[in-house]
Amino acid sequence: MMILFYIAATVAVVSTVGVIVQSNIVHALIYLILSLLAVAVVFFSLGAPFVAVLEAIVYAGAIMVLFLFVIMMLNMGQHTLDQEKTWMAAKDWALPAGLAAILLAQLLYVLREYRVDIVPNEVGVLEVSALLFGPYVLAVELASILLLAGLVSAYHLAKK
Amino acid sequence: MQSIPIEHGLILAGILFALGLVGVLTRRNIVFVLMSLEVMLNASGLAFVVASARWGHADGQVMFLMILTLAAAEVAVGLGLIIQMYRKFKTVDIDVLSEMKG
Repeated sequence: MMILFYIAATVAVVSTVGVIVQSNIVHALIYLILSLLAVAVVFFSLGAPFVAVLEAIVYAGAIMVLFLFVIMMLNMGQHTLDQEKTWMAAKDWALPAGLAAILLAQLLYVLREYRVDIVPNEVGVLEVSALLFGPYVLAVELASILLLAGLVSAYHLAKK
Repeated sequence: MQSIPIEHGLILAGILFALGLVGVLTRRNIVFVLMSLEVMLNASGLAFVVASARWGHADGQVMFLMILTLAAAEVAVGLGLIIQMYRKFKTVDIDVLSEMKG
């Protein structure tokens, strides 16, 4: 499980770098799907198989297909690709990337002496659903209302 | 089964979050900004699942399900807004949105 975790973590980081440096939007989307699948493997290695499956189905399956549909609807051609390349000048991204790197370094500094080893024992569907339909049932209802609101507003916004 | 240090999981979540932040800050194409937001949401969900694995509870996984729901609703609304923006301005450059008056 340990080696699985580290390989999947490396793949996730590399493919996420691919998402933010790509200029072709479809390539970036494929890299994002790869990153999400790698994170799903990380979940699996941490002993959360239910969440890993949901990540693959809902994130990499449903949400990314939604992105793909919109990219196809927008039909951005060679023009957008060239525009994207001129937008990616080094002086534009150097400062924000440096600031984000500083924040990340601070986070790593805080985490440096926090050492707890976890032995992943599987927390599966049974425990999660017992919580979902027990103490968190109100949160599930609220999530359904949120999804309904998202559905209605997406329909309204995308209408001509 | 071998053990995984919890800080490595949290460091992975932090790296993914920082990468998503760089994407949000630097990209000018609004579809890329939305994709980077997805990366950030996913990283925060990863931190929840790592914490859940640390304590051996399922609460973190329930919170991940909530984040998943939030991400789905956010993407649906965001992509609807992108379609409207493209119809109105014929571009995906977020700089054209700098004026309040449509």
